[in-house]
Amino acid sequence: MKMPLPDAALVARKAEIVRALKRLVPGEGVIGDPAGLIPFRSDGLSAYRQTPLAVVLPETTAQVSAVLAWCQANGVKVVPRGAGTSLSGGALPLQDGIVLGMAKFNRILDVDHANRCAVVQPGVTNLAITAAVEADGFYYAPDPSSQIACTIGGNVAENSGGVHCLKYGLTTNNLLGCEIVLMSGEVVRLGGKGFDAAGYDLLGVVTGSEGLLGVVTEVTVRLLTKPQAARAILLGFASVEAAGATVGDVIAAGVIPAGMEMMDRPAIVAAEAFVGAGYPMDAEALLIVELDGPEAECAELSAHVAELARARGATTIRTSQSEAERLAFWAGRKAAFPAVGRISPDYYCMDGTIPRRQLPHVLSAIGQMGLEYGLGVANVFHAGDGNLHPLILYDADKPGQLEAAEAFGADILKLCVAVGGVLTGEHGVGVEKRDLMGEMFSDTDLACQQRVKCAFDPELLLNPGKVFPRLHRCAELGRVHVHRGATAFPELPRF
Amino acid sequence: MLDLAARTETPKTAEEVAQVVAEAGAAGSRLEVVGGGTKRGIGAMQGADAVLSLAGLSKMIDYAPEELVLTAQPGVKLATLEKLVAAQGQMLPFEPPHLAKLLGARGHPTLGGALTANLSGPRRIRCGAARDHFLGLQAVTGRGELVRAGGRVVKNVTGYDLCKLMAGSWGTLAVLTEVTIKVLPAARTELTLLLFGLDDRRAGEAMTAALNAPAEVSGAAHLPAATASRPPLRGELAVTALRLEGFEASVTSRADQLVTLLKRFGRVELLDAGHSDEFWRQVREVEAFHHGLERLWRISVPPAEGWRVGEQLPGVTLYDWGGGLVWLQSDADPAQVRGLARALGGHATLYRGEGVAFEPLSGPLAALSARVKAAFDPLGVLNSGRLGQG
Repeated sequence: MKMPLPDAALVARKAEIVRALKRLVPGEGVIGDPAGLIPFRSDGLSAYRQTPLAVVLPETTAQVSAVLAWCQANGVKVVPRGAGTSLSGGALPLQDGIVLGMAKFNRILDVDHANRCAVVQPGVTNLAITAAVEADGFYYAPDPSSQIACTIGGNVAENSGGVHCLKYGLTTNNLLGCEIVLMSGEVVRLGGKGFDAAGYDLLGVVTGSEGLLGVVTEVTVRLLTKPQAARAILLGFASVEAAGATVGDVIAAGVIPAGMEMMDRPAIVAAEAFVGAGYPMDAEALLIVELDGPEAECAELSAHVAELARARGATTIRTSQSEAERLAFWAGRKAAFPAVGRISPDYYCMDGTIPRRQLPHVLSAIGQMGLEYGLGVANVFHAGDGNLHPLILYDADKPGQLEAAEAFGADILKLCVAVGGVLTGEHGVGVEKRDLMGEMFSDTDLACQQRVKCAFDPELLLNPGKVFPRLHRCAELGRVHVHRGATAFPELPRF
Repeated sequence: MLDLAARTETPKTAEEVAQVVAEAGAAGSRLEVVGGGTKRGIGAMQGADAVLSLAGLSKMIDYAPEELVLTAQPGVKLATLEKLVAAQGQMLPFEPPHLAKLLGARGHPTLGGALTANLSGPRRIRCGAARDHFLGLQAVTGRGELVRAGGRVVKNVTGYDLCKLMAGSWGTLAVLTEVTIKVLPAARTELTLLLFGLDDRRAGEAMTAALNAPAEVSGAAHLPAATASRPPLRGELAVTALRLEGFEASVTSRADQLVTLLKRFGRVELLDAGHSDEFWRQVREVEAFHHGLERLWRISVPPAEGWRVGEQLPGVTLYDWGGGLVWLQSDADPAQVRGLARALGGHATLYRGEGVAFEPLSGPLAALSARVKAAFDPLGVLNSGRLGQG
């Protein structure tokens, strides 16, 4: 993966840039010394590291605005960062740019029960929102696995998901409004506490824009009432096909579970060895189906799901009898990533989505590719919405294995697209899948998306090098080409 | 309302749409983009050189009930689609209102029209809006370029979410030529709880109490006495309604809890599934306001503030979305209506009557919106001026 070559002139101006930023964000808000920059060199995609010119940690929207306006006037690139948990390199620094860390925006500003929403600063963690409102019977629904650490600002940027997406949606379906600062320093409010806003749905396009359109300085999230009860069913199957067919049967029966997770045998073995969740070791595929709602509904539907699984020849059927047991069923799944981390020095997590009916075909093809690349793979799968997380096992200390893992991952994602799916279901494109965008989108499609970028950030200074395989100058893209079919844009150098 | 002087183009393929738009751009012409034409009166376009009708793009492309996705051309009629998914035991979760009668329009509303207007029914409060179920698209931008965005799966974050931009753009950015939406299993049954005689404020409190309980309320509406007394309801008292949907046992259990919870607001009556369905159709289609000469406003505000519209403005009101959506029929000065909506943290759209339809934007947001419009349609070919300035 190649990042843009740093601008030597900018790198040479580092001392001056740090001085100027310190005037805008006084106190401890600007880090320029090499030791202080080390923690910011990478995000959750730790195979990539770059040291930024400086890290700025503003505390007010006015400071964010001043920093961005100064950076735009001085041609300095900016990489926004929440908690740095991105799995796609969304917060990977640029050597000739600054990191704008939003961690100090950590206050919950308003909990509005009557309108079932909360107004929070972007550095508040995902889980902290639920913690602040659960005593009153509410919660914030999207629950990415990193929810203890990841921030709501990062969730907005990445449109984060979680295991409950099928029923409760992604971040984008649970937002009402936000305040963003454009690269120009202008502050714009999108949405509010109502269900829709005047004008274009800019909140919708900012959500999931991976920090390329604006810096989020305030977020209004929807709060949901906590379900009265939740029950999980643990199902073991002798084949992936039978597990996949059961998922289809559940949905065909009109049941939308709160969560429906699948693990294949390598993932089951790793998770069981790690947490001892009591998973059936004879199963080739494991399903966890969670139902929530009134007790009467959980009872009726869990019996129904068990019946459907039995009809597909499930070898294990266990319904949680207590909250402790429900959490135990989940413990293995939630620890699947670290569990795989114990059996392999490194792993590489992919994130494609496929039409569910393609699951047996895709899993068998992934197994075959693993043999060809000589690398193991464990699969966990948000089965309800077709979001696949193959974990490719490799050892970065062995020459060539990182490259092989990346090539294997790219092949998996190409396969996802080929069967009618997409490159990323919830982790984002970032730098990781940037060069695969052409698998899903034509040059014309990407130019159309990039013109949206130009409307927000015409100088292309906000998080460049992410999402788009090539960045075209906005002036080029802005020209009107009436003829169709011909190449509309000159090829600019690839970075 | 149809401008008979204007030429109508009815392309049959996406490529033909691209050609019409490109030619209009080259000629400096402006197009009015029309699906079923039922919403043309909202922000009516003035002086279009031609009408681009999507009547020729009305095919179903793919419907995979087990994947919960459906792909169709935008000109497919909502009614056709609703029958198709109902036959598979599914529904359009955002429950799009048709509104043809409300707007005094002939013709049939289409899927593309519901999406570009981001129209959502009472279930908005529980299941989300049209924009939340809009997964993928193929469209022709004002540049005459055919583009794709999103996908045909329910979970996807690849690239910018241009579907959201199209939802609520009223055809000003691009012409949809194919859309993919998420569908869901239809509820097995439904039940509606009714409270009577509450004033708007008290009704707002009752709706809030119900929505803040773990009862999964999927419709919360209030018809003040002046509204409830009109056809089709012709009641004597104000009516406050709360809908529950789902499996039988679940609905029964939640209804029992809500009846207890709502006792302090008065006697609770129940509407069975058939009557409930009919009641919510009337709310969705705003049937109480099908007649009348006063301006008709659609006002979107934070739900708990809704009752203040009826308190502070003359006219009759109907509250949906737990108070978050207020229909107001009133001869109040438009500036007063918009001023109140803004003061309450929302906005107002004029659905019927003389005046500017859409909320004017200002400041950096207006400038940014104009740049977004220019990004898709720099020559102003598509429905230009419909959303007001920008």
